Amino acid sequence: MSESVAPVITKRRADQDDAAKAAVVSVTSTTRLWRRFSLLLAPVLIVALALVLWFYYQSLGVGTTAQIQVSSALDWDTKLRPQLTQHLTIAFWSTLLVIAIAVPLGVLLTRSGVRKIGPAVLTVANSGQALPAYGLLIIFLALLGQGARTVIVALVVYAILPVLRNTMVGLDSVDRSTLEAGRGMGMTRLQTLLRIELPLAVPVIVAGIRTAMIINIGMATLAFLIGGGGLGITINSGLKLNQDPVLLVGAIMVALVALTFDWLGALAERFLHPRGL
Amino acid sequence: MAVEPKIRLDHVSKVYPGTDTPAVSELTLDIDPGEILVLVGPSGCGKSTTLRLINRMIEPTGGRIYLDGDDVTDVNPDQLRRRIGYVIQQIGLFPHQTIAENVATVPKMLKWEKKKISARVDELLDMVGLDPRVYGGRYPKELSGGQAQRVGVARALGADPSIMLMDEPFGAIDPITRESLQNEFLRLQDELRKTIVFVTHDIDEAIKMGDRIAILGKQSVVHQADTPERILAYPVDDFVRSFIGAGTAMKGLAFERVGDLDLAPFDGPNGNGESGAEPTGTITADATLYEALEEMLRTADGKTIVLDDSGEPAGVVELSHLSDALRTAQDEARRHYDELEAAS
Ligand SMILES: Nc1ncnc2c1ncn2[C@@H]1O[C@H](COP(=O)(O)OP(=O)(O)O)[C@@H](O)[C@H]1O
Ligand SMILES: [Mg+2]
Repeated sequence: MSESVAPVITKRRADQDDAAKAAVVSVTSTTRLWRRFSLLLAPVLIVALALVLWFYYQSLGVGTTAQIQVSSALDWDTKLRPQLTQHLTIAFWSTLLVIAIAVPLGVLLTRSGVRKIGPAVLTVANSGQALPAYGLLIIFLALLGQGARTVIVALVVYAILPVLRNTMVGLDSVDRSTLEAGRGMGMTRLQTLLRIELPLAVPVIVAGIRTAMIINIGMATLAFLIGGGGLGITINSGLKLNQDPVLLVGAIMVALVALTFDWLGALAERFLHPRGL
Repeated sequence: MAVEPKIRLDHVSKVYPGTDTPAVSELTLDIDPGEILVLVGPSGCGKSTTLRLINRMIEPTGGRIYLDGDDVTDVNPDQLRRRIGYVIQQIGLFPHQTIAENVATVPKMLKWEKKKISARVDELLDMVGLDPRVYGGRYPKELSGGQAQRVGVARALGADPSIMLMDEPFGAIDPITRESLQNEFLRLQDELRKTIVFVTHDIDEAIKMGDRIAILGKQSVVHQADTPERILAYPVDDFVRSFIGAGTAMKGLAFERVGDLDLAPFDGPNGNGESGAEPTGTITADATLYEALEEMLRTADGKTIVLDDSGEPAGVVELSHLSDALRTAQDEARRHYDELEAAS
């Protein structure tokens, strides 16, 4: 009996699908426009900010007319450049490690055998981020001692959640019927993972990586607390010396790094997005 | 009986983990080479489970499955599936791949040469009525439901498997498109002669598509497995009777052609004596008895004139022909089942 009404139901569902699809299309087309616009706008803002910083820095007369404290704190070759390098190194390695750990872990936790423990692992990863960043740094300082390496480990723990969660969500949201069809045609589990699941999950995973990267760039500002260096030193000197120019230069440099890498992340998201979606 | 069955299910059972009642219980069924066997039954009766057992998407908990006489539990399931086409209702095209890439899936896995693959893809798309130059480079989201399922069928035919498993392939497609997909598929099957197990819950689709139909009850218990004609003429039990629904016997008329009857002689231009009535209807010899009946109802006349190729009256079908045909079909089916029973 219920069989006879089934076609009607599927029909109606198809109609709803069409309506829903139309809504989604209009939303995605406006967001896509906006995204394209912001992809072009971001570098303009970044360059403008960099120019402002450059002129401001020139106007300070570092090494010549500026106060000795300011000149010393803002010296390019002995302070700013090495700090920038440290900052980027910390952000780079912590992000790379997060990817290297969280993506395979996310893949593993979405395989049929271990799927059940996924939520538990997410809870643990969540607790890494629930702790105050400062506390986390101190805990790892106690465990591993001073230095950039400790900072990197702490940042990995702190930033693993978005990548792990997005990897799992991205893989889980792949339409089951494509997997059923793939398996039905004789794809091995590895082939369905590499050719279907991962390519389809890439946009979501990359979004998570972008979030982790921005977290790491921001958090690297705290690295100086446990002797890890980074641009945090300059900001901190500005505060301690009560010298606004030092504080400003440090803060704007961190902002520039963050904006630049966020833009690069957006570019990656855009170009790694599979065609046809 | 002489030919070896292409697929043999021998007391196959499946109990899903965590459930007590089997989804499929002791199913025994032979499927001959080149036939379309339709599994039809209410939803939840285990049709999909049965299909998935055949290509080992799931493993049986009891019984044996043979393809070409070989026990399939002995072969690597991934290798096995590349030799069996599988089409599902949700189609499951890969959204990030073009239509051509989708269709090339199995040949690519089998490591065919590039040239051979692209020739095969073009051939397959042509076969299902899609121009490869127009559709090959498109993505699945750019297709209608009917076109997407054509691609689904083409993709399943990738490496020319001799067996196709189709799980309600046209179930989610609007009735008009479904009708044309069914017709095209039957035409394709005339050429390809695949061994097809076709699942549906729609008895009319089963009657249309099946060389044979297996009517399944709960847990894939086979209530009746036979040609559509015989099932319509002689449903073996109440379950089958209620499943095939009202007007069954009349549906059976669609399987016989007027040309095969012993026609009554044609006497006079219009057999209808009463003046003012509709003239007697006419049909051609290749019309079905169902069409003859329709014509009789339309003209409110107990007969219909049959025209030969040159349009000349060749004889007359009368109502009695139809009731005779129904009775003969029923008698034949009953005799068939009596013999079966006597033999067992
Ligand atoms: N993976 C599964 N795990 C547990 N039970 C299942 C699973 N798949 C199907 N079933 C159950 O097995 C029965 C048969 O399902 P299915 O073969 O899909 O029926 P049909 O295709 O005829 O609608 C149903 O009762 C269904 O709930
Ligand atoms: Mg089903």
